[in-house]
Amino acid sequence: MEIDIIEFVPLAVLLPLFGAAFTFAFYRNRATQRAIAIGTLIITALLQIVLLSEVWTGGAYAVNLAGWPAPYGIAMVIDRLSALVLVISSIITLAVLLYAVGQGAAEERDDAGPVSIFFPTYLILVAGISNAFLAGDLFNLYVGFEIFLTASYVLLTMGGGEARIRAGVTYVVVSILSSMLFLITIGLIYAATGTVNLADIALKVSELDPGMQLMLHVLLLVAFGIKAAVFPLAFWLPDSYPTAPAPVTAVFAGLLTKVGIYAMIRTETLLFPGDRINTGLMIVAALTMIVGILGALAQTDIKRMLSFTLISHIGYLVFGLALSSIAGMAATIYYVAHHITIQTTLFLVTGLIERRAGTANVDRLGGLAKISPLLGILFFIPAMNLAGIPPFSGFLGKMGIMQGGIAENTWITWTLVTASVVTSLLTLLAVSRIWSRGFWRRAEDVEDCEPILQQKTLAHTRAANKRLLPASMVLPTATLVTMSLAFTVLAGPLMDFSRTAAQDLYERTPYLEAVLGEGRIDSVREDLHEFTLDNMIDVDTGDDGAAEFAPVETSLQPESEDPEPGGDQ
Amino acid sequence: MGVMLAVGIYLMLERSLTRVVLGIILLSNGVNLLLLQTGGRAGRAPLVQDGIDAQEYFDPLPQALLLTAIVIAFALVAFMLALIYRSWVLARQDEVTDDEEDRRVAQAVGAYDPEEDAEVDTETSEFSDPSPDSASDLPPVISPAEHFRGHNDEPEEDR
Repeated sequence: MEIDIIEFVPLAVLLPLFGAAFTFAFYRNRATQRAIAIGTLIITALLQIVLLSEVWTGGAYAVNLAGWPAPYGIAMVIDRLSALVLVISSIITLAVLLYAVGQGAAEERDDAGPVSIFFPTYLILVAGISNAFLAGDLFNLYVGFEIFLTASYVLLTMGGGEARIRAGVTYVVVSILSSMLFLITIGLIYAATGTVNLADIALKVSELDPGMQLMLHVLLLVAFGIKAAVFPLAFWLPDSYPTAPAPVTAVFAGLLTKVGIYAMIRTETLLFPGDRINTGLMIVAALTMIVGILGALAQTDIKRMLSFTLISHIGYLVFGLALSSIAGMAATIYYVAHHITIQTTLFLVTGLIERRAGTANVDRLGGLAKISPLLGILFFIPAMNLAGIPPFSGFLGKMGIMQGGIAENTWITWTLVTASVVTSLLTLLAVSRIWSRGFWRRAEDVEDCEPILQQKTLAHTRAANKRLLPASMVLPTATLVTMSLAFTVLAGPLMDFSRTAAQDLYERTPYLEAVLGEGRIDSVREDLHEFTLDNMIDVDTGDDGAAEFAPVETSLQPESEDPEPGGDQ
Repeated sequence: MGVMLAVGIYLMLERSLTRVVLGIILLSNGVNLLLLQTGGRAGRAPLVQDGIDAQEYFDPLPQALLLTAIVIAFALVAFMLALIYRSWVLARQDEVTDDEEDRRVAQAVGAYDPEEDAEVDTETSEFSDPSPDSASDLPPVISPAEHFRGHNDEPEEDR
């Protein structure tokens, strides 16, 4: 019997779960726990890379658990979008785990309880994220959300210090509230359509009353919006994230909000396509960008500043999502991949700064560039990348989204393009303030500088560098910085891939066929195709339209590129 | 169900953590009832028997979903209780507290602001009527966002 590798999709969830079980079993032996956790994540990452390569050529694929056919059983679906985010997330989680091992975060918390819980909880978090990315029905998505949220509660409050408990309570209550909202929506959707399978809902929901559709749509978006930290619902994020240990914050910032965005992309494209609430989404996106970045400018603590930029850059993703065009969606997918990496890297680097200098408050930092040029490079590259300075991937992603907006050419998209440019300029201001104060300012000029930054001799500084910046922490960070640079080098193929993924998302038939089988889809194929053509701007334009405003072109010929009106800086 | 949701939300708006937990319990149970209702009218137990029309069975899926939701809510409530107990042991408080760093940032902005505005006033006073009191009229605390909006605008007006 021939076994297809793609049948192993559920292992992406099961492996980390098994790993968690084994790490619990070896709770006495920390070295074994560490080895199991790292080994599990490496195997998971390899499996997901193989899956990505399968999906790269083959397209969407669904695995029906226990052999129950789709609308009745639980399906796990992997398509181009989910495969890409899965691979990115597993690489990120692996790097963060190595960093955490280097930092000794796991060991430090040893005294807090009878069982060492860092590794198993971390693996459960990974399993939950994978489950959410692969879920083929709404309820499984909910379960995935709950798995990783519960793990994140534990990670956030780990150690049980006062500040963490305080931040944890807010975070837990807000998350529970959004989960309840999600559950209510699932109940209503089931009552309205009689199914929770995403593909099945996609077919049945269009038969509903338009008002009912709108209500379900908005309810889902609000539930996901809280998780993704979209503007009016983002208040909890800068309050809770900065208190956690650096590796935990890094993986939260990089991944958890992106799962919300992923769920929004699925909802927008699969369940409720069309442009009914796009204007509303765009207004929300603009507010998210502007308010987030203004908040970032007020902060002196680097971690809090980064949390606010995280919110503001979620605005870009919502903007790209609201465009309802393949160009916009392709850029959004690329930007999701870029932003997961960048945000995680920046938080890891901030962890390094905090460790080296004893604080992450820029008012008390100074002279870091002189003390540790390596740290300077590690901060500078992702910071510029976040602000969207041309050679980096942030620029390519932002420009792709803006080009999508310009192609749509309505007043609201032009407003959004302007807001994006302003936001990325303000991001540049925010990160360069940190750079000039924390790195370039002389340590002697700082009023109440941390004493560790004012060492007399070079030998002292080197010794402190060696002690406080161990290679086991710097290497994972450097790997992630390299990976973010790879997004620029590989922008061509990656953007092609995102474009195909976006096309799949908007055509919907690949996903539906994979889940429900071709027979069921054939009867409605014409309708779906017509609907897509009616609603999308540039479906089926082929290469003619692509050549006009494809971001791929710009990445290949950077020197001959004429600056776009919307291109930042 | 509606009453449970309403009371749950009302309790969650309280500052006291114990009431927030009670609110969460009520809310989650209200949602569970909602899930149960999506199954439609009551029917026979969903065990396949001969000679019974498919319409007469009760839809089993909502109950399966409900069971999962109950388990999840149970775990979350247990975790919340642990958090509250910890908060009580550590800080002897049962209330949602403000974010100190946030307060600090807001206050720093307020403390810094009049000073900055006073400087602008002395510069412009050569060309207009001197108004020494105008600086003290400003509200002492301005939210960070407002401050920076004002801050960015100022240099342009001066030029």
